[in-house]
Amino acid sequence: MRALLPHPALSALLFLVWLLMANSVTPGGIVLGAVFAIVLPRFTRPFWPDRPRVRFNRALLGYALVVLYDIVVANFDVARLILFRRNRDLRARWLVVPIALDTPEAITVLAATISLTPGTVSSDVSADGRFLLVHALDVADPAAEIARIKARYEARLLRIFA
Amino acid sequence: MSSAIDLAVAALVLLGAAFVLIGSWGLVRLPSTMERLHGPTKATTLGLGALLVGSVVFFQGKLGVWTAHELLISVFLFITAPISANMIAKVHLHRMRTGALVEPESIAGEPPAPAPDVDWATFQAPRDGSSASTAGS
Repeated sequence: MRALLPHPALSALLFLVWLLMANSVTPGGIVLGAVFAIVLPRFTRPFWPDRPRVRFNRALLGYALVVLYDIVVANFDVARLILFRRNRDLRARWLVVPIALDTPEAITVLAATISLTPGTVSSDVSADGRFLLVHALDVADPAAEIARIKARYEARLLRIFA
Repeated sequence: MSSAIDLAVAALVLLGAAFVLIGSWGLVRLPSTMERLHGPTKATTLGLGALLVGSVVFFQGKLGVWTAHELLISVFLFITAPISANMIAKVHLHRMRTGALVEPESIAGEPPAPAPDVDWATFQAPRDGSSASTAGS
């Protein structure tokens, strides 16, 4: 099984995305999806040399729900700032977030989450991979914002990428 | 029933259009590149999300077919929006450091260094074996 599907999660994802793209479940679509699910992970093997283990557990489901909720809240927050806050009252700050995650994949997920959620855009990673540079549009207390990012997103990611 | 669907679709499309407009307005009115990035990465995400849900409701309610493309569009959007924002931020950091900035400097000013002997990956090659490096081992 491992020889046929070296990356089962990627195979499942490709199969699912193919059926969603075709927007129908037909025998032909299933066969073609299966072919992609078997062939593509082999060809892309050099792209994930030491892929991390992802645990498909409650933390993953919780993370998805928290992020979706935060994206909606973020949109209203940023919309309010854009419409009603004067430029000179904006408290834009750089945040340096220390990260405990130790795989490029996990850090990428954290950085993408930060960019999609309330008032923060991740801008860079340090050369040693231990800090994220985050630009916040409006923060009163940078230390509290960093603590929030670590508690809300990173703690959950640590339980998923373990 | 039909008019309830019409109302729902109209409300979702209006909400979506409003958020996309606000995001674009933010892009115009915020003071500099880093602040401007917040408009399109946030407000536009929900705007497009609402438009896509409106599309699902329309196709299901009016034509009786389930469409999955909207789900894929939003997934691809969630993947690509942070990456393009990250690339723009990196270019901005680089131009700030080299003095090639043509736009006004961000309110936040220059970013602080992460640690005494380390710099950001835009300025310093990721260290081998660290998690910022994608060279593999």
